[in-house]
Amino acid sequence: MDNVRLRPPRNRVEGRAIGWWSAQAAVFALPLPLTFGILWASIPPTRELFMWFTLGSLVPGLLYLAVMPLWRYRVHRWEVTGDAVYTASGWLWQQWRVVPLSRVQSVDTLRGPLQQLFGLSGITVTTASSSAVSIKGLDAKVADELVAYLAGRTQAVPGDAS
Amino acid sequence: MTSTLTRTAPRDHAGRLSGRLVLVSLSAPLTPAALFALSLLVTGGETNLQILITLGSLLLTGLIVGGIGLSRLATTHYRITGDRFEVSAGLLFRSRHSIPLVRVRGIDVTAHPVHRLFGLTTLRLDTGGQGAAARRAVRLDGVTKGQAAELRRLILEGRESGHAADSDGVISELDRSWLRYAPLTVWGVGSVLAAAGTVYRTLHEMKIDPLDLGVVQDLVRRFGSVPLWFGVLVTVLAVVALGVASSTLTFIENWSGYELRRAEGGVLRVRRGLLATRSVSMEEHRLRGLELVEPLPLRWAGGARLNAVTTGLGDRDENRRRRVLTPAVPRAEALAVAAQILPPTDPAGRELLDGRELLGRRELAAHPRVARRRRAGQALTASVLIAAIPAGLGLWLGPGLVTTGAITGLVLVPVLTALARSAYHSLGHAVRGRYLVTSYGAFARRTVVLRRDGVIGWNITRSPFQRRTGLLTLGATTAAGDGIYRVRDVSVNEGLTLAEIALPGLLTPFIERHP
Repeated sequence: MDNVRLRPPRNRVEGRAIGWWSAQAAVFALPLPLTFGILWASIPPTRELFMWFTLGSLVPGLLYLAVMPLWRYRVHRWEVTGDAVYTASGWLWQQWRVVPLSRVQSVDTLRGPLQQLFGLSGITVTTASSSAVSIKGLDAKVADELVAYLAGRTQAVPGDAS
Repeated sequence: MTSTLTRTAPRDHAGRLSGRLVLVSLSAPLTPAALFALSLLVTGGETNLQILITLGSLLLTGLIVGGIGLSRLATTHYRITGDRFEVSAGLLFRSRHSIPLVRVRGIDVTAHPVHRLFGLTTLRLDTGGQGAAARRAVRLDGVTKGQAAELRRLILEGRESGHAADSDGVISELDRSWLRYAPLTVWGVGSVLAAAGTVYRTLHEMKIDPLDLGVVQDLVRRFGSVPLWFGVLVTVLAVVALGVASSTLTFIENWSGYELRRAEGGVLRVRRGLLATRSVSMEEHRLRGLELVEPLPLRWAGGARLNAVTTGLGDRDENRRRRVLTPAVPRAEALAVAAQILPPTDPAGRELLDGRELLGRRELAAHPRVARRRRAGQALTASVLIAAIPAGLGLWLGPGLVTTGAITGLVLVPVLTALARSAYHSLGHAVRGRYLVTSYGAFARRTVVLRRDGVIGWNITRSPFQRRTGLLTLGATTAAGDGIYRVRDVSVNEGLTLAEIALPGLLTPFIERHP
């Protein structure tokens, strides 16, 4: 038997997604060290304790902020062929998903406030299964075109979608 | 078949909820009133504001519930006309449901204890579409058993079914000896603790401190007068005994009158329950496979449970609750049921494997040894982390906790390692005829057979460890059951090849071959 492996999907997501993921990571990782930092500065008797708390939460937070967005950018990719949607996502834990167009039930776009700030958009492809496939960090225009293409294709491909 | 006569007769049929609902509605405020009387008795006529407010609001709730019941009785009408089932209800918010009979996916008849007391049942029609639960299901809450049976018959008859009723008969029935598996369900001990909590809270609400009660004081004194190990031993034994008793009672309540039968129109019907009777209908053409579940104590005793992997049972939680085909039964019985549900020939008459052979463990492909190392590693990590909590606190608070941590670690390492070993031996996969087979699980071993044409996509995941060691987890997504069934920790080669064999073509364009 040959050695087989999955090849990565053809298209990278938008480069601006790195900025978006960084902003998300900052919102997630910075409030805790910030709180500890304020306590450290404002309550002198507990100085030493809160100094350690601040550093203890700041260092992993900064590491996460430095590593996650770039790593994600290397992994996140997508591809739409005539028959299927193929995506790769994640960073430490990685996922590859394939959905045949004949099984697609709906295609949605979702733009959160942070995504809008970076001019990004995400699409979600749902099937009858509870696990949906989504591509996040696309340029808003690319996403709209993709939705239009998928909507057209899924009508053309025969299948009962369940 | 006798139904040819009724089929030609006009199918119009109309009705309303049973008048006995009046009694049910009156009984709703009765419970809080009784509670009130009871509390007066217990406290000797003394009462205070908090009790009054608590019981007063309960009584009010009871009155409102009763009132709603009465208005439902007055306003609910249903009828079957031609090929539709219509229900109209509501006083302030009038609602009207009309569903085509062909779209009815499941008919459940349940009865909670108060309804049962008055011979009433709840009929639930599931239409299985997407969207909110309220729009998917239509409930008739409070019809007599006779009405429910009649309605079920009419609806099943009115529904165009492509399936000939070739076989109508009982597949499995309750066997008293199955009761021996009842104590082996782990929930017993948990339910004892939960019950203790509820009793404590109730007494507390009624201003009685449970710790002041004579019985409890006496117990505490006795506990102090015997050696600690003996006290702990007796307590553990008492909790286990109560747990066994409660899981046995739960088993009896859940599974009395159990019967699994293949009914007219290609429907599998499970009927069970002592106080609350439940009846779940599943259409065979929505069945995508079967799942054999063997939790550890049950596996040691040679028992297993069988679930259906099917669409049309509602959302994930409802599916989980309603998919059961058998209680804990001997493994051979579960497999015999599987063989009857998935017979060895398909409608076209081709020879196939039956359910028993599909679920069998023989010739399941084993998974790489690294998968075993992964599980052993996880077991060690978990043991160390759990033991580290008391040990770490001990460094701070005193040496007693460090010892506790060390003992915890010493106990956990062999136990979790054994569990990891069992988890590795559970792993296995195969493609058998029209089915994909996967088996996994540390505590509960699950063996799933899934129709290959029911697979609607692949979901491959790899953790850092899996990438380093060349493993992957292949998830087959499907509309049925849990929505995804996984083949865990196969080598990349084997996993992708399996996906290609199970569903040829889908993954092909995304696979690279290199010599």
